[in-house]
Amino acid sequence: MDRGMTKRVESIKFALLSPDEVRRMSGSKIITADTYDDDGFPIDMGLMDSHLGVIEPGLRCKTCGGRVDDCPGHFGHIDLAMPVVHVGYIKDIKKLLQATCKSCGRLLLTRKQIEEYTEERETIEEMGGGYIKIQMVTKETAKDASKRQICPHCATEQSKITLDKPTTFREDGHKLTPKEVRERLERIPDEDLPPLGIAPAVARPEWMVLTALLVPPVTVRPSITLESGDRSEDDLTHKLVDVLRINQRLRENRDAGAPQLIVEDLWELLQYHITTYFDNQTSGIPPARHRSGRPLKTLVQRLKGKEGRFRSNLSGKRVNFSARTVISPDPLLSMNEVGVPVEAARELTVPVRVQDYNFDTVKEWVAKGPLPEGDAYVHGVNYVIREDGRRIRITEKNAETVAETIENGYIIERQLKDGDIVLFNRQPSLHRMSMMAHEVRVMPNKTFRLNLSVCPPYNADFDGDEMNLHALQSEEARAEARILMKVQEHILSPRFGGPVIGAIHDHISGAFLMTYMDSKFTRDETLHILAPLVNLDKIPKPKIKDKKGEYWTGKQLFSTALPKDLNMNFKASICQKCDECKLENCENDGYVKIRKGEILTGTIDEKGIGAFKGKILDKIARDYGPDRAREFLDDATKLAIGAIGIIGFTTGIDDEDIPKEEKKQIAEVLRKAAKKVEDLVEAYKEGMLDQIPGRSLEETLEVEALQELGKARNTAGEIAGKHLGLENSAVIMAKSGARGSMLNLSQMAGCIGQQAVRGERLSRGYWNRTLPHFEAGDLGADAKGFVKSCYKSGLLPTEYFFHSMGGREGLVDTAVRTSRSGYMQRRLVNALEDLKVKEDRTVRNTADTIIQFKFGEDNVDPSRSVQGDPVDMDDVLLEVLGEADYNLLEVEKEITGYGEKEKDMMGMEVDDEALPSTEEDE
Amino acid sequence: MAKKDTVNALKKRDLGAKVSSILADAGFTVTSLKKTSFEDVVKHISKEDAAQVFKKLGREVPSAKKPAKKKAKEKAETAKKKVPKKKVKIPVKIKLSPKEKEIDGLQTEMGLNLPLSVVRNLVRRIEGHKITNKTMKEILSKLNERYELHLIDPNESAGIVSAQSIGEPGTQMTMRTFHYAGVAEINVTLGLPRLIEIVDARRVPSTPLMEIHMKRGNVTLDDVKQIASEIEQTSLEDLSDIETDITGMRVVVHPDPDKMKEKRVSITNLQDVMIKMKGGQKVEATKGKTKEEGMFFTIKSEKSSYKHLQKLVETVKDFKIKGIDGIHRAIIRRKGPSFVIYTEGSNLSAVLEMDEIDPTRTKTNSIQEIYEVLGIEAARNSITHEANETLREQGLTVDIRHIMLVADIMTNDGDVKAIGRHGISGRKSSVLARAAFEITSTHLLQAGIMGEEDKLDGVAENVIVGQPITLGTGAVNLVYQPPRKKKGRGK
Repeated sequence: MDRGMTKRVESIKFALLSPDEVRRMSGSKIITADTYDDDGFPIDMGLMDSHLGVIEPGLRCKTCGGRVDDCPGHFGHIDLAMPVVHVGYIKDIKKLLQATCKSCGRLLLTRKQIEEYTEERETIEEMGGGYIKIQMVTKETAKDASKRQICPHCATEQSKITLDKPTTFREDGHKLTPKEVRERLERIPDEDLPPLGIAPAVARPEWMVLTALLVPPVTVRPSITLESGDRSEDDLTHKLVDVLRINQRLRENRDAGAPQLIVEDLWELLQYHITTYFDNQTSGIPPARHRSGRPLKTLVQRLKGKEGRFRSNLSGKRVNFSARTVISPDPLLSMNEVGVPVEAARELTVPVRVQDYNFDTVKEWVAKGPLPEGDAYVHGVNYVIREDGRRIRITEKNAETVAETIENGYIIERQLKDGDIVLFNRQPSLHRMSMMAHEVRVMPNKTFRLNLSVCPPYNADFDGDEMNLHALQSEEARAEARILMKVQEHILSPRFGGPVIGAIHDHISGAFLMTYMDSKFTRDETLHILAPLVNLDKIPKPKIKDKKGEYWTGKQLFSTALPKDLNMNFKASICQKCDECKLENCENDGYVKIRKGEILTGTIDEKGIGAFKGKILDKIARDYGPDRAREFLDDATKLAIGAIGIIGFTTGIDDEDIPKEEKKQIAEVLRKAAKKVEDLVEAYKEGMLDQIPGRSLEETLEVEALQELGKARNTAGEIAGKHLGLENSAVIMAKSGARGSMLNLSQMAGCIGQQAVRGERLSRGYWNRTLPHFEAGDLGADAKGFVKSCYKSGLLPTEYFFHSMGGREGLVDTAVRTSRSGYMQRRLVNALEDLKVKEDRTVRNTADTIIQFKFGEDNVDPSRSVQGDPVDMDDVLLEVLGEADYNLLEVEKEITGYGEKEKDMMGMEVDDEALPSTEEDE
Repeated sequence: MAKKDTVNALKKRDLGAKVSSILADAGFTVTSLKKTSFEDVVKHISKEDAAQVFKKLGREVPSAKKPAKKKAKEKAETAKKKVPKKKVKIPVKIKLSPKEKEIDGLQTEMGLNLPLSVVRNLVRRIEGHKITNKTMKEILSKLNERYELHLIDPNESAGIVSAQSIGEPGTQMTMRTFHYAGVAEINVTLGLPRLIEIVDARRVPSTPLMEIHMKRGNVTLDDVKQIASEIEQTSLEDLSDIETDITGMRVVVHPDPDKMKEKRVSITNLQDVMIKMKGGQKVEATKGKTKEEGMFFTIKSEKSSYKHLQKLVETVKDFKIKGIDGIHRAIIRRKGPSFVIYTEGSNLSAVLEMDEIDPTRTKTNSIQEIYEVLGIEAARNSITHEANETLREQGLTVDIRHIMLVADIMTNDGDVKAIGRHGISGRKSSVLARAAFEITSTHLLQAGIMGEEDKLDGVAENVIVGQPITLGTGAVNLVYQPPRKKKGRGK
């Protein structure tokens, strides 16, 4: 349980095991292929020998005397009757055989050449080139050496060595036994090895041909006892049994002087078993199978791939003190809180060390036991850990007795209580905002509750999503979580320097309804709206007073959440993007002007407080700090919820109702479009269609038809849109940016439009037609997937089918995309994970190579940048020059959204006036 | 020591280690090599190697001893690979406008060091306004105050943040190929596939594309058309109807006057080129009997086999009349006051050699080509630009700094390396990190025979052994000396 300074592994060296070392480290020599005797005890010198460690409780290890948990297991070994090559090193053995002399074993290069290569290698080493670069030189050396026909040292003529995959070597067609191979490798002198990329100090080449096989401890390959009482052995054990059997037969046959042919066959069989023992996916040989026909999982398979030891157990680790359950929303929680069910809170614990300062309180906690009484939740204690490491589980019965024994230095494991810091996470964890620290609020019921503003960074919704929660176990971790990982610290995204946390859906509709134009509220309503605000000390004076009574404007109420010295101007989402902005006099109330924390004009909507786009949020987070930003967002969302509750808001199918006259108009537009397409088809058939340069006639037709139908859909949408005004809830949502778009609405009310697969009109199905409802060769609108209906009126059977075709493509696309982008991100993270900004603000990797002299050329942290800019120029100018002088400056083009500025920086204004290209002319 | 220097100097010029050291052993230095005769060098190394040495040193290879044919071929090859003759002007120092200089002066006076982008932005904003030195100083100090607040913290794990910032929007991107903005005729890969292509450092993009600008000045549409026709690769098939005459075992080419006019090829031009048709086929030009028939060409098959004839037809069809290799289509668009040629297919080196085009504004989307022609810094900028454009086009904003970091690590070694096991991840110094990424067993086995040592500096390695990583708060150690223990309760 001791924390604090611990030892650190400094480095790990890799080497090859020599047969001697194998025997030296072996706990037991293994000779019998049997595992357990009739009584169920491990057989001596068998594969489960108790010298190799214990897996059954109660038994003691014969090597170290430890019990199950103390003994890490010990290796054993098998002495092979005949040497066998190691599959993993087959290519290296081949390289060595080809690059060295068959008789004297020297490297087939002149002394001078060796010197040169050595020098080259050493230069790389000196310059910190790393093993990978050395490997490139050694490869070249080996290639050069294997070209030489006659040994420069003993003048022997070399014969050609080939590899018969997977494990047989041939010299001029004649087979080389592993024994001969080993003899040759033995002959290579130490000093000739470094040029070939082998460190003779740790790896003699002859060790690549095995004479003794290391047997892993039983703890690595435990046998499982099935319910029926039968033992089921691990795949590795199965494989080792095979090796032992054949090894035994080979030895007997060889000692009895059996014919060469039989010995060789057995030798090869042994080679096969050892090969598959290492890697059961070696190409060129059938994989060894289990009795059931399933291929065995041998050593390489255990390490490799996503489910292998490396990625699954070493890079990813299981943890205790975590919980997982379904999530649900709670608008009354603060954004950096999380609602934890009582059941989970009682199970998750935080260790507390008993000290002078907390002795009495802790004692009280323990005395209450694990389930303190009372209506409200009170945290209990689950365990007491004594200084010698013994854990005592607290129960109702022993609670008071244990409490008396508490001493300084004990650690108690306390259940979660309100205000504890925990990590909260939703997979896939694509960015750092997928795991943030929240404060605990223990609540009844069985789901995790979270504020809606944190949905965007987690990408969470409540259709059954589950999330994970981790209780932190050390003071250090809790401090780091509080300072670095808390939700409010992540309002500004490092991706683009804007807010990722912000109001969504009803928050935006609510803020819109509250602040749009001159909405006003009575005294009762005002009090209802303002009531949830914690930090409000005074109710503002009513703006409007007339005979009927006092009224507060919505803008005024929203302003209560703003900092008192906030000044800003921006355009709201409802801004119509007129050619000339009327600024404060906008008749849509689309120009937001805030002075001294008062909204003077404009509507608060997605551009104001929304996630990703909220400008007010952005500014407060950057200039007033995360704490103020959290407060603002909590207040703003509560205000919005209050307002939407009073005004009332609903949407239904009748939001998409349009008058008969307009329906007729839409039908007319669609009919005309279909006719136009018909004409195009006619022209195409007669060959009168003007070909677009660089496209075939068919393509031209498709492009034009697509254009025509697209236009028709838009016109239909416009006609429908004209009759959907801002009194319509669906339109409010679309225009304020709360949910949905005008396109969605026009598809519901007007016309769904052309369905496409791979960006083309539908064309597949039957020969020359999509469905049997149409004539073969029909190229008209209906036959190629144009859906005239709207969602509200419902689709015709053929249209429904076409719509499903388009929908299917979308589904397939998403499925493909997630896997592809997931892999790309894994690669990116892997390539960049080691980069860090050093104290001198250069970006370096682990080899201390400088990647960038200044991070991002200006050392600015993107999450602190002003949408990418190092500083907020306008803000400073406004501050220094004063409003009057500032207004004299040329007004910069309004940045309507993040990223749009880069566009005009790049000079991308392409003139629409497209010119005919060369081909078409003349 | 001098020897070693020579070896290194030669190696730097891309010469093999063997050749370099032999030459150095023979007492040559780089300067002496530039003077000695070819024959002297050949005494020590093979002719091919010597020629290589000479080429790399920028000397002409004397060719008297070589067969004439080979020489011609070689010359043609060097001509092909030739980098544009005219030097593209690269501004060495960043030029400052007078106003910028003024502010820069003030900055030095105040001891500030704001990034150039801030200064430029400031100048742009206050353009046409008189601002006193005092106010300016106030502005600058305020700016500096904020700038320093916005600096990145030391030990920040910049790499992971960048990787996540680029990877995370990947899930929101589309998969399809689209038409290029403004040029409907050309298909371009966009979205996720394009981003993957960039990170993979593919040799050839799936849809290579060039944007060629004309030199500034008066360029008429007609001029541009002429240039476009020179750029676009035109094969014989594009100009004429090609018939196979089986009875006569020959191929007959009937030039189409309309097409010829469109592609700006005159009949005499065509005739000149046709005569030189490779493979030494005999080309006969015959005047047609009637006027409409015009001139036609016949190419006889040498062997009377149908297979051969078939092959011949193919070669005749694909025979290049003019244009630049690899450019399949050129389309003209007006952009502002001038014209731009968009091409399908890319061949930067050949296009840059043309006199009429403006090499400073001409672009290709093939990063590898930019690397080969303009060098690594250009490639780095190209990666940044292409990735940024791809993301921006999808309506996703990613801070340019993240993209720059990726571009910088890809080009850090002097050539463009992919993100992945063949590139950066496969070259990490740590065995464990490599093993944890991909091809686990090979890396571990190799580490064994090379006696590798893993220093556990990186993230993956430390996660594997289960200790704090070396980034962020894990990069610093705090030593705290607690005050002496006072008497406590209990123990």
